[in-house]
Amino acid sequence: MSQPAIIVDGISKRYRLGHANAKHQTFREMATDVLVAPFRKLRAAGEGGNEGEEFWALKDVSFEVQPGEVVGIIGRNGAGKSTLLKVLSRITEPTSGQIRLRGRVASLLEVGTGFHPELTGRENIYLNGAILGMKRTEIATKFDEIVAFAETEKFLDTPVKFYSSGMYVRLAFAVAAHLEPEILIVDEVLAVGDIEFQKKCLGKIKEVSEQSGRTVLFVSHNMGAIESLCTRGVVLSKGQVSFIGSATQAVARYLDSSGKATQTVENISGGPFHLLEGSIFGLDSAPLRTLDAAVVKLRLVANEEVRRFGLHLIIETESGMRLGDLDTFPANSTAFLNAGETYEITVLLNQLPLHVGDYRLQLQLRDDFRYRGLDIDPPLSFHVNDSITIENNSRHGNRFGSLALKYELQTKSMSNPLNSCIAL
Amino acid sequence: MTVMSAELPEVVVLPTMAEPAEMVIQARKGWIAIDWNEIWHYRELLYFLVWRDLKVRYKQTVLGIAWAVLQPVLSTFIFTIIFGMFAKIPTGGLPYAVFVYAGLLPFTFFQTGVNQAGLSLINQQNLLTKVYFPRLFVPTSSIGAGLIDMAISFGVYGIILACYRFEPSWQVVYLPFLVFLTILATLGLGYLLAALTVSYRDFRYVIPFMLQIFMYASPVVWSMEMIPKKYRLIAGLNPMAGIIDAYRSAILGQAWHIPTLCISIATTIALFIFGLFYFRKTERRFADIA
Repeated sequence: MSQPAIIVDGISKRYRLGHANAKHQTFREMATDVLVAPFRKLRAAGEGGNEGEEFWALKDVSFEVQPGEVVGIIGRNGAGKSTLLKVLSRITEPTSGQIRLRGRVASLLEVGTGFHPELTGRENIYLNGAILGMKRTEIATKFDEIVAFAETEKFLDTPVKFYSSGMYVRLAFAVAAHLEPEILIVDEVLAVGDIEFQKKCLGKIKEVSEQSGRTVLFVSHNMGAIESLCTRGVVLSKGQVSFIGSATQAVARYLDSSGKATQTVENISGGPFHLLEGSIFGLDSAPLRTLDAAVVKLRLVANEEVRRFGLHLIIETESGMRLGDLDTFPANSTAFLNAGETYEITVLLNQLPLHVGDYRLQLQLRDDFRYRGLDIDPPLSFHVNDSITIENNSRHGNRFGSLALKYELQTKSMSNPLNSCIAL
Repeated sequence: MTVMSAELPEVVVLPTMAEPAEMVIQARKGWIAIDWNEIWHYRELLYFLVWRDLKVRYKQTVLGIAWAVLQPVLSTFIFTIIFGMFAKIPTGGLPYAVFVYAGLLPFTFFQTGVNQAGLSLINQQNLLTKVYFPRLFVPTSSIGAGLIDMAISFGVYGIILACYRFEPSWQVVYLPFLVFLTILATLGLGYLLAALTVSYRDFRYVIPFMLQIFMYASPVVWSMEMIPKKYRLIAGLNPMAGIIDAYRSAILGQAWHIPTLCISIATTIALFIFGLFYFRKTERRFADIA
C-alpha cells in the first residue's frame, strides 16, 4: 500500500515557438517533397533542429502522490499546470522524464469534451461517457443519477445546441462526476457554471476523494477550493516546482509570491507627506479574501505640521472603473500630525465586498486645511481571492450591490505612542 | 480492534483491490507498435464514434437517409448520359448504368471514406487536445457511416439489376473479400492523409484533387479491357484499379485480371501498413500541433 499512486520523475516538456511558421515552403515544393520523401519531411518538422525558439513549459518536475491523496496544483497562468495535466493524461508526450501511474486514470481537462451539438442530452451522456472511458453498461446503470445531478430531466431529448450554457455545463459535469477511476485528474473545470453548481461540483469531488479513497490531482485558481479539498499542494512557477507541502502552506506560498510585489508601495513624497510604505492586506498580513476584513496600512512622515489629516481611498477595477470610495473628511475622522514625526495609519475595512479578481486602490493623502496632499500613483494593485468553500454557505449571502465600505481609521505616532488618537 | 484486524486480511485481498496495473509515460522514439490491448479496451468508444456520425449525418436534412440512395443513383444517371451515351465507352455488352454502378459502389465509399478520414483529425481537434484515447479511432470511425451507405447502395444496385433483369454471376461470393480490400485501401490512405493534414493544412485542398485523379485513374467510368495488356500491371499500382475491376468480375461475371488484382492487393496492403505506422509515428505530436 505504500507504493505511490503517481510518481512524476523529472518531467520536462519543450515546445518550439513559431513552429507553425517554420515550414516556409511553397505548396509545390511541399507536395513533391511529400511524395518523394515523406520521411525526411517528418524528421525536419519533428525532431530535427530547426531554428525556432524553444520554450520549456515544464522543466524537471518531480513529485509523488500517495493513493487516496488529493493534491492541488497551483501556479500563475503559464506556470505549466495545464501542460503537466496534459502529460499526465497522455494527451501529449513529455520531452524527457518519466511518469508512473498505478491505477485506472481518468482526466477531465474540459467540461463536455466531445459533446455534439446536434445530439440530444441523452445521446451526449452516452457519447461523452464513452469518450471519458466509461463502459456502456456503466453509463446505463448511472444514467438516472447523472440526469438527476445535472437537473436536466425535461430536456433529455432536446439537442444540446438548444441548451443554455448553464444546462450544458451541468450536464457535462454530471457525466464526468460519475466516472469511477482510481486516479482522477481535474483541470480548472469549476470556473464555469453558477456558484450553486460550483459548490455542488466541489462537494462531489470531495465525496469522491473522501468516501472512495481515490487519488485526485486538481488544478484550480480557486484557493478556497484548493484549501478545502486538497491534502497537499504543489506550487508550479515557470514550469518548475517551487513548493510542495500542505495545501494551506502551498496556497499561502502562492498568494505570497503572486501578491506581495504589487500590494505595497514605498518611498513616495508629495505635499507635506513622505510615504515610507503603503500596503493593503488582510488581517495579520493574510491574503485578501472576499468578504474578509482588509487593512490599508500606511507609514508616513509629515514634513510639516498637518492640521487635519485625512484619506481618500478609491477602489477601482483593473481597467479603472470606480467601484467605490471612502473619504474620511465628511465623517470628520481626521488627525493632527506633528511635523517630522513618523505615523502609522491603519484603515480597517470590516468587509471587502469584492469578488475574486484584480483591483486597484487609489490613495490620496490630504491636508484639508491647505488643500494639498499626496496622490499615490500608480495605484496599488491587489488581488482578491475567492473564499468559496463547501462548508461555508453564509459567504454567498447577499453579495449584490455597490461597495459599502465600513471602516475604522487609526493614527499612531511612532515616536510617541501616547499621542495616538483613534478617529471613527 | 483486535477482532477487526483478525478479520480484515481476507477482505483486503479482493482481486480488484490487488495490484493496479502500472502505466509508464515517457518520450517514445521512432516507430511505435500498435497497442492491441488498448484498442480492445476502448472498443466501445469506436462504436460510439461511428454511432455519433450516423446519428448526426442526416440531421436537419429534409430527405434524411434517402440521400444515401439518391447519391449513387444520381451519379449513375449523370455518368450514363456522359460516358454511356456521348462517349460511348465500351462495357462488354452491358447496359452502361449496370456497368458503371459496379464501379461506383466501391469508389464512392473510397472517396467519401478517404475524404472524411483525411479531415477527421482536424475536425475533431478538441478531442485530441482534451482527452486521451487511441487516436486511430478518429479516422477509423469516420469511415463507419460510409459503410452503411455502401450497404444501402448494394440494396439499390440489387433493384437496378432486377430492373434490367440481370442475374449476377455465382462469383459474387468473392464480394466480402473485395469489400474488405476496399476498406483496407480506404483506411490506409485515410490514416496517412489524416496524419499529414494535421501537420500540413495544405492537404485539405490536395485531397479533393487527389480523389479526382484517383477516380479517372481507376476503372470507374471506363473498363480495364480498354487498356492495352502490357499496361494493365502498371494500372494495378493504383490499389483501387484492381479492386474496382474485380467488383465487375465478381458481380457481372466479366473477365478477371488476376495479375493486376494481385498487384493492387499488394499495394493496398503496403499502403495500409505504411499509413497505419506513419499515423502511429506522428500521433504523439497531434495534440501539440492540432
